[in-house]
Amino acid sequence: MIDAHPAAPTIIEPKRSPVLTARSLSFAYENNQALQGATMSIGQGEIVAVTGPSGSGKSTLMLCAAGLLRPTAGQVIYNGQVVNEMSEAKRSKLRRTEFGVLFQFGQLVPELTAVENVALPLLLSGAKRKPALLVAGNWLERFDVAALADARPTDMSGGQGQRVAAARSMVTEPTVLFADEPTGALDALSSEQVMTQIARVARDTGTSVMLITHSAQIAAYGDREIIVRDGMTYSGDA
Amino acid sequence: MITLHDCFTSQIAVFDLLFTQCIVTFVTTGHVLMGLLLQSERHGYDLKAEHDHRFPTARPLAFGQIYAALKRLQKNGFVEAVGTEKADGPERTIYGITDAGRAELNAWLDKIDHPIETVANPFAVKATIALLVADRDVASRYLSRQRAAHLDAMRTFTRIKTDPQRSFSDVLSADYAIAHLDADLRWLDTALERLLTLEQELQND
Ligand SMILES: Nc1ncnc2c1ncn2[C@@H]1O[C@H](COP(=O)(O)OP(=O)(O)O)[C@@H](O)[C@H]1O
Ligand SMILES: [Mg+2]
Repeated sequence: MIDAHPAAPTIIEPKRSPVLTARSLSFAYENNQALQGATMSIGQGEIVAVTGPSGSGKSTLMLCAAGLLRPTAGQVIYNGQVVNEMSEAKRSKLRRTEFGVLFQFGQLVPELTAVENVALPLLLSGAKRKPALLVAGNWLERFDVAALADARPTDMSGGQGQRVAAARSMVTEPTVLFADEPTGALDALSSEQVMTQIARVARDTGTSVMLITHSAQIAAYGDREIIVRDGMTYSGDA
Repeated sequence: MITLHDCFTSQIAVFDLLFTQCIVTFVTTGHVLMGLLLQSERHGYDLKAEHDHRFPTARPLAFGQIYAALKRLQKNGFVEAVGTEKADGPERTIYGITDAGRAELNAWLDKIDHPIETVANPFAVKATIALLVADRDVASRYLSRQRAAHLDAMRTFTRIKTDPQRSFSDVLSADYAIAHLDADLRWLDTALERLLTLEQELQND
């Protein structure tokens, strides 16, 4: 059988030392096999674009890598620890302190202001309100939306909302940011602005990013590309 | 059943047809030089430096190309020699745009370019040849590698586009390059997808 990406090795290694490795992951939703032996790793400070047709298993791979889903086979290794064998309490702590997640839309709490939304992960980790709001304000500034601190999500444009959500995903200074189609709902120019900012902040802070996208223009912000097809992974680089 | 090979071949036939029907001058060196002379009078050396700086994504102009174009423009009355300059090197002729040159430039800017000019697809041609002389494996490997090279070029232009030091015209050029690469990439993805589907169909038969 021919391979869609025959030049691809099965094991895909980053150039820099890996912070996160997913090895031979399988996952099924009821009887729908979403992942079958997906393998990838992300290097320190690396932005890895994960592309592939819709329904190929990109989001499932991310949810497994981020410890939000438990793969039925294979391992997710973060910092030498096997994430999928940890207790739920330990995984939850890891997600809170080491990982950030950013989705396409619908993550901001509509009742809270922008700065409160950004402060939320800190507050949930037990930080005091005043310093948490101060830190959150700084992150809004980094994403150029300090002026919206007291605005509510319903009063923001799509691009503004995504910047606030991006600020929130970075507020705990995660080691790895998982971003699933972070600009998927935005028009071309807002998408570019938001993506440019996410990439810049990630580069400045040395954060590794798993960037899921179906758009080549967004994938071009990454250092490397991994293609997912039928729950399997291939290197997009020749 | 129509095979992939048929699709490619018919596509080439369509392009052949379209190409014989339209011969359009898109951007000529002459028009670019006149545009630069509109700003200020310059000698050939200066024109090259300004061109290469302003259009970083274009191929740098060779001096021979510039002097040939200037000669042609002068013959048509679009530019004229307005003086000479001698620094440490040889004496250089300084050119300026004429009224006829301005009119030509305006007429050129007014003209819509034929969209078909920009859709030549050398990748389809190569993939078809690969299918003819070799097999689907070879065609698919070629398309995969081409796809990787395209994405890599897109990374380069994305860096240019997002670099705050770059000028507005750099960003516009990068946008254009990215949009074109993106169109190619989508085609390459679809072509790979079709090859794979074709293979699966053949296996099921
Ligand atoms: N919650 C779910 N329940 C059942 N099937 C799902 C669920 N989420 C995803 N799937 C299925 O799993 C496969 C992979 O989905 P997903 O990981 O979302 O792909 P992608 O992100 O590449 O579009 C698809 O066939 C999809 O329909
Ligand atoms: Mg998805």
